[in-house]
Amino acid sequence: VSEPQPGPLDGLHVVELASEWTAFAGKLLAELGAEVILVEPPEGAATRRYEPFVGDEPGAENSLWWWHYQTSKQGVTLERSDTAGLRRLVGWADIVLEGEDVGRLAALAVDHTVLRGERPELIWVSISPFGHDNPRSGEPATDLTILAGGGPVWSCGYDDHTLPPVRGAGNQALHTAGLHAVAATLVAVIHRMNGGTGQHIDVSMHAAANVTTEAATYHWLVAQETVQRQTGRHASHRLTTPSMAVDKDGHPVNTGFPPTSVQGYRSIIEWMEEIGALDEFPEAVFLQLGIDKGGVRMADLATDVETQAIFGAARDALVFIAARLTGYQFFLEGQRRGLAVGVINAPEDVFEDAHAQATGFPTPVRRSDGRTVIHAGSGLLFERSPWRITGPAPELGEHNDLLERLDADS
Amino acid sequence: VGALSGLRICDFTGQLAGAGATRLLAAYGAQVIRIEDPVREGRWDILRGIEPFVDERRGINLGGAFNNHNVGKLGITLNLRTERGRELLAELVRISDVVSENFAAGVLTRMGFSYERLRELRPEVIYVSNCGFGHRGPYRDFKTWGPIVQACSGLTFSSGLPDQLPAGWGFSYMDHHGGNFMAIAILAALIHRSRTGEGQWVDMSCTAAGASLLGPVVLDYTVNGRPLRRPGMPNSNRSQSPAMAPHGIYPCAGEDDWVALACRHDEDWRGLRSVIGEPWIDDARFEELSGRLAFEDELDESLAQWTSTRGKFAVAADLRSAGVPSSAVQKPGERIDHDLGTSAWGLWPTVEHTEMGQVRVDGLPVHLSETDWEITRGAPCLGEHNEYVFGELLGLGADEISSLTKEGVL
Repeated sequence: VSEPQPGPLDGLHVVELASEWTAFAGKLLAELGAEVILVEPPEGAATRRYEPFVGDEPGAENSLWWWHYQTSKQGVTLERSDTAGLRRLVGWADIVLEGEDVGRLAALAVDHTVLRGERPELIWVSISPFGHDNPRSGEPATDLTILAGGGPVWSCGYDDHTLPPVRGAGNQALHTAGLHAVAATLVAVIHRMNGGTGQHIDVSMHAAANVTTEAATYHWLVAQETVQRQTGRHASHRLTTPSMAVDKDGHPVNTGFPPTSVQGYRSIIEWMEEIGALDEFPEAVFLQLGIDKGGVRMADLATDVETQAIFGAARDALVFIAARLTGYQFFLEGQRRGLAVGVINAPEDVFEDAHAQATGFPTPVRRSDGRTVIHAGSGLLFERSPWRITGPAPELGEHNDLLERLDADS
Repeated sequence: VGALSGLRICDFTGQLAGAGATRLLAAYGAQVIRIEDPVREGRWDILRGIEPFVDERRGINLGGAFNNHNVGKLGITLNLRTERGRELLAELVRISDVVSENFAAGVLTRMGFSYERLRELRPEVIYVSNCGFGHRGPYRDFKTWGPIVQACSGLTFSSGLPDQLPAGWGFSYMDHHGGNFMAIAILAALIHRSRTGEGQWVDMSCTAAGASLLGPVVLDYTVNGRPLRRPGMPNSNRSQSPAMAPHGIYPCAGEDDWVALACRHDEDWRGLRSVIGEPWIDDARFEELSGRLAFEDELDESLAQWTSTRGKFAVAADLRSAGVPSSAVQKPGERIDHDLGTSAWGLWPTVEHTEMGQVRVDGLPVHLSETDWEITRGAPCLGEHNEYVFGELLGLGADEISSLTKEGVL
């Protein structure tokens, strides 16, 4: 068996102090090829107690949160007060990744100002709810409160505003900050490769959520307009037509962004003909008008009544077709006709999907007990330096011998 | 001088899913040269020339969203239907480090610039493509927008309230992270190149990237066999991982005003009790997490009654001072203009746009101590930098640029 090709970050050493905030960023770095040592206290990181558990049995080695976010890392334990131990680890690292409560490391005199002072080449990444350098630093926060205060929640929910706005699921405040943290870290690595020093990178999760709201922010910045949430579609400063439809089994599908081109309108008409439904759809006349006009321009949608009628007819036609097919048929048949429509998959559906399987998205990871667990793969296919899950999440203290090796090396 | 100064990107990206990537790299100092089609006035990017607008003026250069997503880039026009246009592009590729695009799969190849061709022109080129399903697999020709990516990846389904349609995301969340993942791909490939001298193609699937953000819910399915499509789920304002209660978004006094709060543990619960101080909250059933989860509906109802007569900022501030994570669901104007978490961060830089004038835009949620980001120049007007790029970089004379413009090549 030939050695697998190393990832793009091969050779970079990362010390991550285990925390909820850093877990995703550390996983990304590890799976892009960096060597990541995850440091937790001897009693185990708090996130080892996060649900769900394997077989619903709580236990430090059973947290699926931990299994999910800590793949490809090596785990060592260190007393939280063991600053000498931490210094040894940091001495090995190119990058330190931490999400500690602001001020905790400074109180122990092992924060970035001290340790970077001793080793200026060190890249030190702090991920915290409001950043280290902010009047709101230190406020208590969770994924929910960050997404609520930072903007995304305002834009998500339902047409019915007696229902609360909705938090997007899946720890997205962590992911959003993590992606920005990783991008900034790689920028710092490049700066160092070009002869520059290391640096401190201060990541604010609140700021990250704030710049991840698309139109909500720029409509305010540019025109002081406030978008309003709408069911399953873009929040908008003016009411738009529903984009979700239900298939013949009552499952929702996404009709997407209706076509604006002649070819798009032709495709819809042909599709309706094929399923024998064209005669039942009186608005087809507007689709023909769209063809006769040579398509429509998005810029006219706000003001031109004819454009609105054509655009609306295209959406109504897709809703009409969806109700006659399964969601998956609607998706496949529509896409084969060049129409950007979607099936609304549950997470479990994604792992059974033909394309996901054909492209190797479900990723088997072998655990030390011989059991193989399917994890989510990556969206990035590197031709020469592949993304890879190199192993399961570490058990408590699994790689403590690394500490001895570091001692021997130094 | 930014960390990425000296890096040149030949950029075909648009919308936000692609433009967001090179926006980020430009903020760190890369020279990003955005190539647009003079025949269609760059309208492949549907945000070109559409609302929001800063004033009553309308036009291809005046779109607020386009400006936001393309700050700091240079813009040129090049008609790739012409032989001379393709020659000039070849010259530009020869002096670029990166070629980036988010067309549907195959489009750039049909323009005559397959990856093989790019490598002929620039052997160590880094080519990063981002499309809905990547360039391989059964769905490679399918077309997507953010909402379709979110639908197919499982993100839409996961977000919502019980017995309702999915709320999904009220914006193109995966356009943001499509851009962020793409930026990470470019940076990681640059690091690989500087270590090995090799360029490469990174083929990105935005849907797979979305599915990589589903979180621990994935393992609840692949390990525990528990699908998310089950009674009472999804319920994304509550927290299943980790389990917390209370955890939700509650109504407040005021027009569409809401507050988010989360009790991470019993200590937070005691903090909440001390703030509320009413008899119902001393109910013994609520003392431990298991009881709060078992009677969560009842608990939420009582909490909602309590919050509904109070202001959202007051509730959040009172709870936070008792150590409980809480935040108002902030409206755009509130978080942008009245929140030190963003203003003291410098999150809304003002750029100078050649036609729009001064406009505020999204900043970055990170600060780097040595090579911080900088956003000062607005998005390019159509062909604004033709003279610089074709003249200074490619060495064309002023007469030639002028005649190529007349001939419709530029």
